[in-house]
Amino acid sequence: MANEIKVDCLGENCPVPLVETRKAVRKAEKGDIITVTGDHSASKKEIPMAVESMGLELVSVEEINDHWEIKIKV
Amino acid sequence: MEDKATLIVESGDYDKLYSAFIIGNGALSMGMDVSMYFTFWGLERLKKGQLDKGPLSKMNFLGLGKLYMKWKMKKANVRSLEDMLQDYVELGGKIFACDMTMDIMGIDKEDLREEVITEYCAVGTYIKEAKESEITLYI
Repeated sequence: MANEIKVDCLGENCPVPLVETRKAVRKAEKGDIITVTGDHSASKKEIPMAVESMGLELVSVEEINDHWEIKIKV
Repeated sequence: MEDKATLIVESGDYDKLYSAFIIGNGALSMGMDVSMYFTFWGLERLKKGQLDKGPLSKMNFLGLGKLYMKWKMKKANVRSLEDMLQDYVELGGKIFACDMTMDIMGIDKEDLREEVITEYCAVGTYIKEAKESEITLYI
């Protein structure tokens, strides 16, 4: 049974969104979906880079009003 | 070559400690293994209660510059050095303490935060790890 994990990084600065994403990935099990939300603009580009280098699946990157939402499949 | 970053932290300056932990945590977050080797003034920062006690490397102005920097960092919601160290350890980052520095500066293990130190070592350990690392930095 896949879980949905939410990581709230609104208002957080470098390197917190990356770090919190990594923490969630370490705790997640195969098949889980991690949703990261934040408004640190560089992280919107860098979380997908981290996803790629960890060999995970980037499900979506969305811009919603003044923040972004990234979904990752572990 | 392994997917690894190896950093020497020779400086004990406040801003340089930030550089080290931001790079270290960034590399861990990208899925790399990271080792940090603390030596000389860097090792001073691993003494109990000393992590954020270093001066700014430039424009410290007897501590006033550092106060201003801390205020700006707080406004920008930058995580504290202590939190960054905790993140680093939680993500599996390794910390090595240079034993020669301990001899020279008269630092005992009890003076250091042993709970975050993976190993006490000398230059050979660093060279061995650096040889197989894709990223090596001297801070």
